Amino acid sequence: MTTIHDSPKTRPPRITAEQLRLLENLTNACAVSGDENEVRKIVLQEIKPFADEVYIDHLGNVLVKRLGKGEDRLRVMLAAHMDEVGFMLTFNEDKGDGIFRFDIVGGVSTSHLAGQPLWIGREHVPGVIGAKPVHLTTGDEQGTPLSIESLRIDVGPGNSGKVKIGDRAAFATRFSRVGPSLRAKALDDRLGVATLIELVKHAPQNIDLLAAFTVQEEVGLRGAKVAAYSLDPQIAIALDSTPANDLPAWDGSENERYNTRLGSGPAIYLADSATLSDPRLVRHLVETAEAQGIPYQFRQPGGGGTDAGAMHKQRQGIPSISVSVPGRYLHTPVSIARLSDWKNTLALLHSALIRLTPAILQVERDAP
Amino acid sequence: MKSLIEKIVRIPGPSGYEAQIRQAVRSEVEPLADEVTVDALGNLIARKGRVEQDGMRIMLAAHMDEIGVMVTHVDENGFARFTNIGGVHAQNCPGGRVRFLNGAMGVIGVERLENQTTTPSLEQMYLDLGVSSRKDSPVRVGDVAAFERPFIDLGERLVSKAMDDRIGVAILIETLRALPASPNEVYFVFSVQEEVGVRGATTAAYAINPDLGLAVDVTGTGDTPKGVKMEVGLGKGPAIKVRDAGMLADPRVVNWMVQTAEAARIPYQMEILERGGTDARAIQLTRAGVPAGCLSIPCRHVHSPSEMVDYGDVQHAVHLLAELVSRPVVLT
Amino acid sequence: MTDLLPFLKNLISASGLSGHETPVRQLIEAAWRPLVDEVTVSRVGSLHALKRGISAEPRPSLLLAAHMDAIGLIVTGINGEFLRVTEIGGLDARVLPGQIVTVHGREDLPGLIVQPSAHLLPPDNRSGPVALHNLLVDTGLTSRELDPLVRVGDLASFAQPPFEMAGDVLVGHSLDNRASVAAVTHCLDELQGRKLLWDVWAVATSQEEKSFAGASTSAYQLRPTLAVAIDVTFASSPGSPGHKTFDMGKGPTLGYGPNVHPGVYKAVKNLADRLEIPYAVEVMPRHSGTDAYALQVAAEGIPTMLVSIPLRYMHTAVEMISMKDITRAGRLLAEFAASLDLEFIDNLTWED
Repeated sequence: MTTIHDSPKTRPPRITAEQLRLLENLTNACAVSGDENEVRKIVLQEIKPFADEVYIDHLGNVLVKRLGKGEDRLRVMLAAHMDEVGFMLTFNEDKGDGIFRFDIVGGVSTSHLAGQPLWIGREHVPGVIGAKPVHLTTGDEQGTPLSIESLRIDVGPGNSGKVKIGDRAAFATRFSRVGPSLRAKALDDRLGVATLIELVKHAPQNIDLLAAFTVQEEVGLRGAKVAAYSLDPQIAIALDSTPANDLPAWDGSENERYNTRLGSGPAIYLADSATLSDPRLVRHLVETAEAQGIPYQFRQPGGGGTDAGAMHKQRQGIPSISVSVPGRYLHTPVSIARLSDWKNTLALLHSALIRLTPAILQVERDAP
Repeated sequence: MKSLIEKIVRIPGPSGYEAQIRQAVRSEVEPLADEVTVDALGNLIARKGRVEQDGMRIMLAAHMDEIGVMVTHVDENGFARFTNIGGVHAQNCPGGRVRFLNGAMGVIGVERLENQTTTPSLEQMYLDLGVSSRKDSPVRVGDVAAFERPFIDLGERLVSKAMDDRIGVAILIETLRALPASPNEVYFVFSVQEEVGVRGATTAAYAINPDLGLAVDVTGTGDTPKGVKMEVGLGKGPAIKVRDAGMLADPRVVNWMVQTAEAARIPYQMEILERGGTDARAIQLTRAGVPAGCLSIPCRHVHSPSEMVDYGDVQHAVHLLAELVSRPVVLT
Repeated sequence: MTDLLPFLKNLISASGLSGHETPVRQLIEAAWRPLVDEVTVSRVGSLHALKRGISAEPRPSLLLAAHMDAIGLIVTGINGEFLRVTEIGGLDARVLPGQIVTVHGREDLPGLIVQPSAHLLPPDNRSGPVALHNLLVDTGLTSRELDPLVRVGDLASFAQPPFEMAGDVLVGHSLDNRASVAAVTHCLDELQGRKLLWDVWAVATSQEEKSFAGASTSAYQLRPTLAVAIDVTFASSPGSPGHKTFDMGKGPTLGYGPNVHPGVYKAVKNLADRLEIPYAVEVMPRHSGTDAYALQVAAEGIPTMLVSIPLRYMHTAVEMISMKDITRAGRLLAEFAASLDLEFIDNLTWED
């Protein structure tokens, strides 16, 4: 157990009304992959007073350094992605009627499109993805999935001039709190962004904290790849959100593919499709959680991917892991997470960083 | 060499969890190499020689990892659900056996399906460890297992799980053992995480930054009944890869391999593989690019627990590899 | 000044399948050498041609990437007097039966892709289009004559000779992406005798159709300040959805999406407006499917742009392109290169 000097910089970060307001601003902002401006502005405003160094790279990543004190400091990179899944207007049907074709950006769930309101472009111009009235559909049609080819975005007759092809569109969901839950769009990954902002503000002194607010995670982990190459860390941790598929099965049988469960704490990754977590980092996080009495869970192995997938393969290899706040209905218009899970994720990461020493890398990755 | 092969194919080591096989390889190569290191992802790198006049820095790569499974859930009756590590074929699983890194063993069972004619998916299978409740299970979420099947020596032909790519590992060890003095600096890379996307070779190649790279891995054959149409067959010599799904071998490297084989009168075959890739792709794309190729060992039933290679092909491969890296390389 | 039409016809008649670009690279080198200061070849066979700028070192550089490799076939087996083949790059097998090819064995042989009669095909492929692995190549030789000349791993490229149509239209195979190489050549022509502040690297990349090996490794080696990829895009034609295609002859397209830096896009677009070069905006929500995808994430990341030339019937032997669009693209690239000053990168922001 290391002694921690009780100074403002190392007092543990907390989630209070201020952080909830920040999350609200972040989730209400629109930042579909490739156009992360709105979120980037908020991030810069928040961390500039605290950073030793901050710059924006050629893909739009915000890279922040908070240097620690003392000898032999580990260089630790933390990544949270600013982008969300959404849409892009691709073709103006040209009837002046406000109707546009569109394509999805990132893994938007295509069964959650028809009948949804959207915000389009920098001005958040209101639009909808309409659907044929049920009265005019046949039984067969109702049994057929709606393809993107058949759907359109509608900004209203006469409003075609307010938007243009290439504009991004996001789900029109405003942040709210319901009991223990947070309800918003883009909890994936504004929860990670908000968490990383707090960690930057409360950066522990025993490490060099290299924070990357990345772009284009949802379209191929693009930002994280170049950010890791630039920052060249010794350890990399992705802060993301991951699905909680913890709803009941139709027949009451045990749900064996829940991925994570709401309320069970931060989810530590063992393996997803993109990364086999470094066992030393898994061990460190578990030991930290148990020592500090922080609830945690393992994300079920398999599927999905995070920025760690790009980071761990950079240069000569970077030991990496991901930690996520569980969220229901990610990549759909409205996601739900528990405030307690967010609080515990922040607490776990802060404690884990404080307890990191260079000794962790002095054993082999998976010594038998 | 057969006893070396038998020893290393048996060790469980799915992608990401290669510690046990790395230890075995290390004990073999440590007495033979000038320098042995292990990098951040767990690649074992053994260097022999330094670049002299006319010499080149050459990277050879054979992957230590094999395909396997990881536990995703243990139900209240002690049955474990799992996901795949690497390319596991569902049709090879039912009735199979697995061995966990912690020594526990289990059987792969299948749910009863409405439609008996389709292949069940991995989600419809489970591991039966012979216990009756979750608390008695010797495994937890995240535990890792390899497929379990004994090695068989059929004389000319050898059979085991994980010939892909422990046979390549064995070939590199024997090449290192047989290597005479050479003007080349040769890095014998026993790579990790190939089966999940050539991840180990990516970082190892970045660190080494070689002038030339060769992977040593298995390839399929076209010599089984109503199988994939492919010219490569067992017993006709190691294969010189021209193309696979991930890479087009540098034609200069292909020529060099062909000319060396012909000069040394080693039998060889030309290989085109439709599906599948190797560490060679990762080496080729490193930094400013690396001329790369692959020496392939023909193998039947790839990614099943009973992969079969020809022992003559294996011995010729060692001979050819030693010929290739033991003298100055001229690429034309 | 390079006469673009005969140059391009020559280019597409040269063999240069992915991974085996040497013959076409030599033609490109011969054309570019008089137009630049230095020519080198990368470790995976890309051509690097440098036109040095005049500002003080360290000088910023612009990389123009056009892939020179073409799709084709490779011999997988020999069945008596017939060859079995598979693809290099993406091919729709339905456009292959009856196509003439050149088999590059120990010597070049004329080949014909043939479809065996139904009763000679496996039961599951007797109706409907025949899969590539069931088609054969007939060289007209007997197996005894064929044996010493062809082996597994030999290449076969399309052999349709190019021809022109009225309205400045060229038809041929491999216009994807030799047309862009011609555009870059035109760009270098336009820059002849002019002094630029920036270095310009004209790069004919290798293996785009396979793995973007050329683009990613050249970007890593050269570390340009800015990169522009030039490729072909889908021109409107019967059967191709109108909302995903662009008119041939109405100018190049400018890519827009996550794969493109919005600041560079804006600069190129404004320049095209000023020069009155017609263009269309090509919205790409995700992967651009071009060298731009690899260029953007090399090393620490590079601000990247994509300029594309509309092409009909991509990846067939009768690709069709407007020569006017090629020269427009080349001119746009030249003026963009000439317009780059030493403040460009500092002025390249993410704010709107």
